[in-house]
Amino acid sequence: MGRRISYRDALREALRAALQSDPRVFLMGEDVGCYGGTYAVSKGLLEEFGPERIRDTPLSELGFVGAGIGAALGGMRPIVEIMTVNFSLLALDPIVNSAAMLHHMSGGQFSVPLVIRMATGAGRQVAAQHSNSFECWYAHVPGLRVVAPATVEDARGMLQAALADPDPVLIFEHAQLYNSEGELPDDESAAVDIAGARVRRTGSDVSLITYGGCLPKALQAADELASLGISAEVVDLRVLRPLDDATVMASVRKCRRAVVVDEGWRSGSLAAEVMARIGEQAFFDLDAPPARVCSEEVPIPYARHLEEAALPQVPKIVAAVQAVMGAAA
Amino acid sequence: MDKMKVPAPPSGPVPWDKALALSLLSDMLRIRRMEERAAELYGQQKIRGFLHLYIGEEAVAAGALRALSADDNVVATYREHGHALLHGLKMDAIMAEMFGRRDGSSRGRGGSMHLFDRARRFFGGQAIVGGGLPLATGLALADKLLKRQALTACFFGEGAVAEGSFHEAMNLAALWRLPVLFCCENNLYAMGTALARSESQTDLCLKAASYGVEVMTVDGMDVVAVHEAVRFAAQKVHDTSAPMFVELRTYRFRAHSMFDPDLYRTKQEIEAWKTRGPIHTFTARLKLQGILSEDEFLALDASAQAEVEAAVAFAEGSNWEPVEDLLRDVHTPAGAA
Repeated sequence: MGRRISYRDALREALRAALQSDPRVFLMGEDVGCYGGTYAVSKGLLEEFGPERIRDTPLSELGFVGAGIGAALGGMRPIVEIMTVNFSLLALDPIVNSAAMLHHMSGGQFSVPLVIRMATGAGRQVAAQHSNSFECWYAHVPGLRVVAPATVEDARGMLQAALADPDPVLIFEHAQLYNSEGELPDDESAAVDIAGARVRRTGSDVSLITYGGCLPKALQAADELASLGISAEVVDLRVLRPLDDATVMASVRKCRRAVVVDEGWRSGSLAAEVMARIGEQAFFDLDAPPARVCSEEVPIPYARHLEEAALPQVPKIVAAVQAVMGAAA
Repeated sequence: MDKMKVPAPPSGPVPWDKALALSLLSDMLRIRRMEERAAELYGQQKIRGFLHLYIGEEAVAAGALRALSADDNVVATYREHGHALLHGLKMDAIMAEMFGRRDGSSRGRGGSMHLFDRARRFFGGQAIVGGGLPLATGLALADKLLKRQALTACFFGEGAVAEGSFHEAMNLAALWRLPVLFCCENNLYAMGTALARSESQTDLCLKAASYGVEVMTVDGMDVVAVHEAVRFAAQKVHDTSAPMFVELRTYRFRAHSMFDPDLYRTKQEIEAWKTRGPIHTFTARLKLQGILSEDEFLALDASAQAEVEAAVAFAEGSNWEPVEDLLRDVHTPAGAA
């Protein structure tokens, strides 16, 4: 096996490599420099690359995301860090109305090669305004590519692929993953794609389809299900827009049952979209109606027991699979 | 500015040679004739959707754009036909875009509000009020980082001053010392809301100055004043690599858009402002000085009208994008960037 590394360090290595290899690349955002990054991802980079390229911004999401779009139009390759998805709502206008639409509105003349990274998700008792999972809102918008690295390999490799994309790419890093560790592949220079889903565990009875911060939960649920005699296949979507229908449907057709796990709220969730596509494309291959495990429809509460109850958890996933298998109780 | 106190019409000697004077007059006439024709074509349903006319405000675009160089970036609003034309877009491409045809500057995907031209560094055509200001700031940041000697001129209405994007962009541009020329076209109404009804502080320069940005106020109905001021401001931006804010006080003679019944201001007010019309006052000054004859004026006007008619014919003759191409230009094709 390859080198063991944390998700945070993998992200930092990716940033460093990008800054070293392309003088047009710079990082800007709140507290990316002197503070070292809210999640310590950019720690040390200011000293290494200087304040022009590791650019601290005011608390001004609308302004600096818009400026990132302008800098991309002007020939740079900006990486904009928004501290968390919660604050990205202050920049929804430039992301949706400008970054996503300029290429089309200009008849294909302008491209916006912008990468926006942000933390997403709940699970740290930081209450409603700091615990949202809005990646599916962005996955709604034509013109954007939305990715969610869940492994250290993707944390290390997706940034390079995002910077190579001529159009805006949003990278969602689940806040619970920063401390997670894993092994990089032996060939660390191998390119990582931002095009498709990946089967993280093979199985034959049920497809567990998930992404981001829910991947570790789905894998743990698959372990528990194995001890119950149920073979779960775990599909990591990785790319939330455009969705990789082929990989999802191949798994669903093989397993004939599907459970989608998504930390977004159930109504209008990414899970809803995945289930709709399964219904459209694999209906006659199913042995049971697909199911989903999402967040409960409540602002994420502070108290630990309530927060845990609001989010997808391993026992909920196991129970949902058992129900789909007709094996509940 | 008390809207009922309309200043005296622009007057006084024009300190320019004949070539410059006639070229700015021609610029204003080209915008005026193009837009008058666009309004007619809207009535004939050749042009649809939103159409925001600049009629009355031509001195701003003419005076300002002629003070810039072709290397400078221009970011404008949804009332941008004139800016696009004077930054080098062909009237043919503008008219075809308003018609929604494939030979339009945005292949008919943008319409009146979304004129763009990559080669000429015209960055729209931004139809979210205030949305262009952060983009302009970023363009200037790119130029600074790439050591490109150019400035970014950003046009916006006084309504944008109420948006957060104005304040955030002003702060970033000043904080990072970016070469942005902020051109505020103060036509006194944000759609139908008068400045004094929407701003607790109606001195717009005070707002920009509070960010440490240098400011100027100019009579936007006087093409001489606009051109001189913007030339000075552009040079200052180049020299200092710091932003400047120029308030151009102007007035729109037509409604906000073709849907606007214009109920929020009086006919008397509009008529009073028309005495300050940028084209006839400038023409009168040039004639008084003996720089311009009536025949020369008529020739410039005829040339503008001929350009408009040729553009209309071009637009009429242009094809529609095939519906099969509906989904093109959502993402950049591989290998194109």
